[in-house]
Amino acid sequence: MSEAVNQHTEVSYLEYKGRFKGLFAWIFSTDHKRIGLLYLYSMLVLFSVAALLGLAMKIELIAPGKTIMDAQTYNSFFTLHGITMIFLIVVPGLPAVFGNFFLPIMIGAKDVAFPKLNLLSWWIYIIGAFIALSAQFIGDGPPDTGWTFYAPYSFRTGTNMLPAVTGAFVLGFSSIATGINFIVTMHRMRAPGMTWMKMPLFPWALYGTSWIQVLATPIVGVTLLMIVLERTMQIGFFDPALGGDPILYQHLFWIYSHPAVYIMILPAMGVISEIIPTFARKTIFGYKAIVVSTLAIAFVGYFVWGHHMFTSGMSGTALYTFSILTFFVAIPSAIKIFNWVATLHKASIDIQTPFLWALCFLFVFMVGGLSGMVLGALSTNVHLHDTAFVVAHFHFIVFGGTGYAFFGAIHYWYPKMFGKMYDKSWANIGLAIFFTGFNILYLPMFYLGMTGMPRRYYDYVDEFHGPNIVSSLGALLMISGLIIIITNLVRSGKHGETAEADPWKGKTLEWTVASPPSLENFEEIPTVTKHPYGYE
Amino acid sequence: MNDHQVHIDEHRDDEGAKTGMWIFIFTELLLFGGLFIAYSVYRYLNPLAFHLAAEELDTTLGTINTVILLVSSMTIAMSISAIQYKNKKLTLILMGVTLLLALAFMVNKYFEWSGKISHGIYPGSMTLQEASRGELLFFGLYYAMTGLHALHIVIGMAFIGYVMYLVVKNEVQHDNFVILENSGLYWHLVDLIWIFLFPLFYLIT
Repeated sequence: MSEAVNQHTEVSYLEYKGRFKGLFAWIFSTDHKRIGLLYLYSMLVLFSVAALLGLAMKIELIAPGKTIMDAQTYNSFFTLHGITMIFLIVVPGLPAVFGNFFLPIMIGAKDVAFPKLNLLSWWIYIIGAFIALSAQFIGDGPPDTGWTFYAPYSFRTGTNMLPAVTGAFVLGFSSIATGINFIVTMHRMRAPGMTWMKMPLFPWALYGTSWIQVLATPIVGVTLLMIVLERTMQIGFFDPALGGDPILYQHLFWIYSHPAVYIMILPAMGVISEIIPTFARKTIFGYKAIVVSTLAIAFVGYFVWGHHMFTSGMSGTALYTFSILTFFVAIPSAIKIFNWVATLHKASIDIQTPFLWALCFLFVFMVGGLSGMVLGALSTNVHLHDTAFVVAHFHFIVFGGTGYAFFGAIHYWYPKMFGKMYDKSWANIGLAIFFTGFNILYLPMFYLGMTGMPRRYYDYVDEFHGPNIVSSLGALLMISGLIIIITNLVRSGKHGETAEADPWKGKTLEWTVASPPSLENFEEIPTVTKHPYGYE
Repeated sequence: MNDHQVHIDEHRDDEGAKTGMWIFIFTELLLFGGLFIAYSVYRYLNPLAFHLAAEELDTTLGTINTVILLVSSMTIAMSISAIQYKNKKLTLILMGVTLLLALAFMVNKYFEWSGKISHGIYPGSMTLQEASRGELLFFGLYYAMTGLHALHIVIGMAFIGYVMYLVVKNEVQHDNFVILENSGLYWHLVDLIWIFLFPLFYLIT
């Protein structure tokens, strides 16, 4: 009833007319919902480019020897693919798009704590993206170090490293600003009655994520700054010729970049924790266990970075400490899996596209997580280090985890964001093709890695030919699925049916407001009395 | 509709603004933290070279700069009290003194650096290329860490200068001074980092 009234008295944030018109009404808007969409559109463009680079690499690998590109081009392709996917899409992805859009609504606030800082962080993001990508077009050729910028090669290579590193440094500030904004928002702006233990799980996941963003990003910032100083001013940090130690670079880099993996996965887990109870029509099983495991992952995630460096040279004690801690960090993830599955037990499930994405997430996330255990064990790690197995594991966990949650989130919240419903059957067909292609693409890479195929080579010996053909065909299938999914979403923005305020019968606050929401989300700030997933 | 627009712009939460500033200060500490890790690792690996190199630095200049920064931290803190007593003139004087002290710090730093450079000690110089591995690292860290700190001084000066402008325009007053407090917090951070840099480079020899 009140929703219907809302829709008529307040124009939606999409139609609201502010000080500026046209494009400026978006790129200078401090409305958290518009900023979320700005991130979404920027990322969609970057993601498409980076995915096509990935496809080009798989086509190169369809046969031994040179197929469509030479070694140097392949090196710059995997570098650009990595930099774009990691720094521009997966790390900022879910918090910047769905966090911005839904965090304030889900905790019953009108906006984030610092709306201007929020807009600034989008601008920093765009500037950082331009700097990083300019490396491809200016100077002495695109960077070829991989996204990790390992020393000392990153000082010695003649290619154009500086813009790539500087861009990643600048992007760090965007991440920090978003993190600070979200933490303060959750501390200060929860609706009356919403105690911490009544906060929905997606905001909780964002809370853990934000702390990692705030506490880990400065380390990679200063590390990248050291590379810049080393390259421009010959200040010795990591280059042995200048007295430095390259292993220290790896430590500093992974002190950030391992927690960054949890920046990627925690919000994904948050999304899944929202989707599952909604379609199971059931309170989430073990709400507190999920909250605690979120915080545990954020905390323990700081102490496992050494497992990226098992073959770099560390003391035996350091090796098993990092290995055992890696196993510890798997426990909270497993608790969550258990909670999600237990939520489905005896539930009357409404099978819809977002739910199917969540189910596929469970499958690929478990494959990714368990293969991570294989890599976390010392003896197997030595065998599998720097092979295609690592690439397969990484894509199962990052693309399979964050990517599936991202698409799940988009299909879940699309009606709320745009006020339209996408074509469900095309969405399901797209998912089926995508999921099939995904597995055909990455599963053979586990096998290839076990039999010894190294990562980051444009060429391989004939023994690896068969599985590589399968994998490359999987890539083509997966990209076709992606095209269907994205086309369907874009097309439905115009032609889709009008969506109701609560198409999925969700219980969290975002479903109590109009679709799309009005500028201020709520006419009156709601008072929360119930648990977020109050089904029974 | 317009009422609502005004409402969003007027949303004010001093506690929230200060929380944000504190978290930002943590990130700044961690930014320097990376360099402190590099310092401790390389000091541990090259104790003798670090000892010899540190003797090259002028402890007197370092001490003067420490005193300057400590006093400037005091004056900015006093300016926050002054604004609460509604004394605009005193607030501006104290902030001005803070800026002058910051400038004095930078002038000192300029003489210190140019002295080193005239002795041929700067990154990439011939003298350093012939020096030992440890000395090379020491002076690299010296320039990087004090340089990054000096950059923070400049940012802090710009921040305080901007808040002075707000005080002049009466946009910062006795009941609305959180931005002044935040600039003070930032200034204390700059001071605090120096308190760590000073012993590490000048005193422990």
